[in-house]
Amino acid sequence: MTRQAISIAAQSGKVKAGMNWFIGIGLFMLPLIWIDPTTYLTLTVAGFSLGMLIFLIASGLTLIFGLMDVLNLAHAAFFAFGAYMGYTVLNLINSFGWSETASFGGSVLYLAVALGAAGCIGGILGVVTERLVIQKVYGDHLMQLLVTVGVSFVLVEILKIIWGVNDEVVPVPMAFQDSFIVCGVFFEYFRVVAIILGVGVFAALQFVLKKTKIGIIVRAGVENREIVKTTGYNINRIFTLVFAAGAAFAAVGGTMMAVFNQAVDPGMGDQFLIFALIVVIIGGMGSVTGSFIGAVIVGLSFNYVAYLVPKMALGVNFMIMAIILLIRPTGLFGKE
Amino acid sequence: MSDSILSLDNVHTHIGKHHILQGVSLDVTPGGATILLGRNGAGKSTTLKTIMGVYPASAGRIRFRGNDIHDKQPHKIARLGMGFVPEDRAVLFNLTVEENFKLSMIEENERTHQNLEDVLLLFPALKTFWNRKAGLLSGGQKQMLAIARVFVCDHALLLIDEPSKGLAPIVVDQLGEAIVRIKDKTKVILVEQNFNLARQVGTDCFILDDGRVVFHGLTEDLAKDKAMMKNYLGI
Repeated sequence: MTRQAISIAAQSGKVKAGMNWFIGIGLFMLPLIWIDPTTYLTLTVAGFSLGMLIFLIASGLTLIFGLMDVLNLAHAAFFAFGAYMGYTVLNLINSFGWSETASFGGSVLYLAVALGAAGCIGGILGVVTERLVIQKVYGDHLMQLLVTVGVSFVLVEILKIIWGVNDEVVPVPMAFQDSFIVCGVFFEYFRVVAIILGVGVFAALQFVLKKTKIGIIVRAGVENREIVKTTGYNINRIFTLVFAAGAAFAAVGGTMMAVFNQAVDPGMGDQFLIFALIVVIIGGMGSVTGSFIGAVIVGLSFNYVAYLVPKMALGVNFMIMAIILLIRPTGLFGKE
Repeated sequence: MSDSILSLDNVHTHIGKHHILQGVSLDVTPGGATILLGRNGAGKSTTLKTIMGVYPASAGRIRFRGNDIHDKQPHKIARLGMGFVPEDRAVLFNLTVEENFKLSMIEENERTHQNLEDVLLLFPALKTFWNRKAGLLSGGQKQMLAIARVFVCDHALLLIDEPSKGLAPIVVDQLGEAIVRIKDKTKVILVEQNFNLARQVGTDCFILDDGRVVFHGLTEDLAKDKAMMKNYLGI
């Protein structure tokens, strides 16, 4: 191909990408026809924060499913364990009466402690699952599917033994029950925290995967384990850590969702796993950016449609997934 | 032998049900290059992968710089000072040229950065494509990168598996020159089917056939033995 042809192809690619963004933003402005601008902005903030909560779960799935190519259906159980761990910590704090009197800073601190505990339990569950189960079934999707379903059943039953089978109410730190208004648009404090956390996790993941040595080793290990091993790295240990990180993100997402819904139940992981799978498929396997964009699309479309046609709210996400897969089978940011 | 950098003593390797190496024994002395020759399927690549720990030896003993390595994991063997360039242009296609080099630097220090500068003088084309994904390089450039990335660390021994495979003659010549310069600093074991390249690089050679060593001697002596050349190399 000549240099001129390459230049024309590159320009045509840029024009196409610009058109895609234009169409995408246009579609998300479409609800303005039926919704007044202030309500639209409130729904947008709420939808973006829901997207960030879903991204927290999907980011773990992106690492495990997209990057490591492990079909992990135990992800929902990690999520539920994280939710219950967060509930336990917040309950404990509340038993001292702190969460009801907390300032915004105090509420953030209590949430951070709950998220830390959830991340730890998720990480530990991830290490144990990867070492005992996943290491034996790398490269075999059918076996991964079967054994992780088994792990999921076992973990949910353990969860029921520890915390019981009933729904529990999650005590939400006082400041997170409040909201503020800017130019007529409602901002709930917890939603703002969810947005900051989601964007923070996205930025941190991007930085680690693209700019650090460990990120290079992980990406290399996904592509060719043999080269990484013979270069001198213990890729098995590194993959255990990646799996643990994915499980920890699921657990952190669980605590955030528990606070968001103000309730936990043993089967809560399954419904959010569907959202996370939609996000990973829309975004493209293994792409953190794709998961982030996918989560925003799912969060926003869910909220707009829930306002306009409530019964269509979940269905619209399946529709979006189907349309994107028809146009681009690898997802928005997936590679051929 | 006590002065060997690497010795294999009656090494057997099974891959699945197949008995590939059937008692390979060889001693490799420090300095220069040692060549492993043989037909397709003779066990050359399996020998390198068994030394490197990619395939575990089912029997026998492998010693490298005084350490038993036949029961060690590949990453531990690599950290003892052994570098490996697998066949088929083994680079990380989704990483840039720079990232491929960064991956190779197990420890980043002045020495490895100096090695990097040296290797970029040896393969200047790689500097031109520094930020390009390795998958977008030509076949010859990929093979250069595969060799160059291993060279940035101070290895005591480099195992290079069929670097000339599928490359144009002019690129093979360039690679040959590079390996000749590399062997001045690091011991090289080269698996090759291209006898001319093998002769250019080293004098000490082994021939493998059906998973066993059937010849050990000098490449010049081998070149004169027409029967051996025809029987085991098909030349």
